[in-house]
Amino acid sequence: MKKNLICIECPKGCALDVDIENCRVVKVTGNQCPKGETYAISEIEDPRRILTATILTKGFPLKLLPVRTDRPIPKARISDAMKAIRKIRAISRVKTGDIIAKDLLGLGANLIATREL
Amino acid sequence: MIERDLVIVGAGPGGMGAAISAHENGVKDIFLLERDQYLGGILNQCIHTGFGIDYFKEVLTGPEYADRFIKKINAIPEIEISARSFVTHLTKDKVLTYFKPGKIETVKAKCLIMATGCREKTREMTHIAGTRPSGIFSAGLAQKLINIEGLLPGNEVVIVGSGDIGLIMARRFTLEGAKVKAVIEIQDKTRGLLRNVVQCVTDFDIPLYFNHKILKIFGKDRVTGVSVAKVDSCMREVAGTEFKIDCDTVLISVGLIPENELIEMAGVRIDKKTNCPVSDETNKTSIPGLFVCGNAFKVYDLADSVSKDSELAGKLAAEYLRSAG
Ligand SMILES: Cc1cc2nc3c(=O)[nH]c(=O)nc-3n(C[C@H](O)[C@H](O)[C@H](O)COP(=O)(O)OP(=O)(O)OC[C@H]3O[C@@H](n4cnc5c(N)ncnc54)[C@H](O)[C@@H]3O)c2cc1C
Ligand code: SF4
Repeated sequence: MKKNLICIECPKGCALDVDIENCRVVKVTGNQCPKGETYAISEIEDPRRILTATILTKGFPLKLLPVRTDRPIPKARISDAMKAIRKIRAISRVKTGDIIAKDLLGLGANLIATREL
Repeated sequence: MIERDLVIVGAGPGGMGAAISAHENGVKDIFLLERDQYLGGILNQCIHTGFGIDYFKEVLTGPEYADRFIKKINAIPEIEISARSFVTHLTKDKVLTYFKPGKIETVKAKCLIMATGCREKTREMTHIAGTRPSGIFSAGLAQKLINIEGLLPGNEVVIVGSGDIGLIMARRFTLEGAKVKAVIEIQDKTRGLLRNVVQCVTDFDIPLYFNHKILKIFGKDRVTGVSVAKVDSCMREVAGTEFKIDCDTVLISVGLIPENELIEMAGVRIDKKTNCPVSDETNKTSIPGLFVCGNAFKVYDLADSVSKDSELAGKLAAEYLRSAG
């Protein structure tokens, strides 16, 4: 089977041609750099995204603290992750990059602050 | 009147980058004016990733990208920051008037860099017919409401235009529990990056209509829906293709225009069509020693390009100050 994908790893947005056999990627063409191949394999075999969101703060002039997962999480779990993130509050000072929630939902990614509070 | 060597207006990536570069190039007295209480400009509301791939070779969110520059600026004592300072007047001699809480101040700049960024085009510029109910937002305003104020402006959304901000907001609304019913683009391809079509629209099965336009917005107090039709290659409506989409919110994402009213006031020549300064060299204007950088100079798609542009602006300012003595 052949599939066409757009690589999302950088703004170039290369059009990838992907050969798939038994749900496994066997060949990728169209990528201008090696990241395109890695992306294609992941996108077909185990699609993941970095999730960005905000959490409410308590006792700070900034109402919301922007956060993200420090690595991509399975696409299929994004809506679960959002539900979990919505329940978290930022109640103490944090620096950019500080961990807000360790191993979110056991997905192997931490939720980190992307701004100082 | 107080005179400063270098005054910079705007502390987005453009103004911050210019300040750091000017310092690196030997300027010892830098005064940075920003109307917001925080540094970072538009980056603070761009909580998505997609920044820094070029400049830092890393994938960062807007606030993280800003943070790198804020930390640098705070470590340079020669850069004085004046936040909550709204510049309202500028003369050709580079005298600036600005409001701070409780006072009005003036300052004369030997050299000036304007890094005031862009504002969004509005519905009025896109000629959509119909009523004027509440529920119509520019995409960037909706972004600010959701990401900074914590307010969800609507539940059922139609997005007009497929620029990056509109695409990013399609995902943001969806993640926050709203239903994005359609993205309508009059051209035959997206105006945004393909990566944003994939990760913001396709990922969430949001219908994206190319070669379509919004004919009318319905609703008395609040938006109740829009009518949409196919267009031909001359952007004319194709008869019989009209359909209606019910929604309570319409987002307009049809592009940005540089914010250059202050330099126009000072007499800098402006291209009336693009609102950019008329210039044959990057960052220069028709007034010597008055530079413009970042999105105010030209609408850049990427903050990374703004950072490169602002490095040059800082260098040009340092050269000008050296030659002016
Ligand atoms: C919604 C959105 C999404 C984006 N997504 C991406 C992305 O994914 N990746 C990417 O690389 N780029 C992205 N960009 C582009 C990037 O953010 C911009 O190119 C960049 O931030 C522009 O920097 P700037 O410093 O020129 O302007 P801005 O960041 O707009 O900064 C201008 C500053 O000037 C201040 N100012 C203006 N007028 C005055 C005044 N009169 N007095 C005092 N202060 C004033 C403003 O308050 C503001 O802080 C996005 C842009 C937007 C709007
Ligand atoms: S293949 Fe490489 S160059 Fe092409 S979009 Fe992906 S990361 Fe960018």
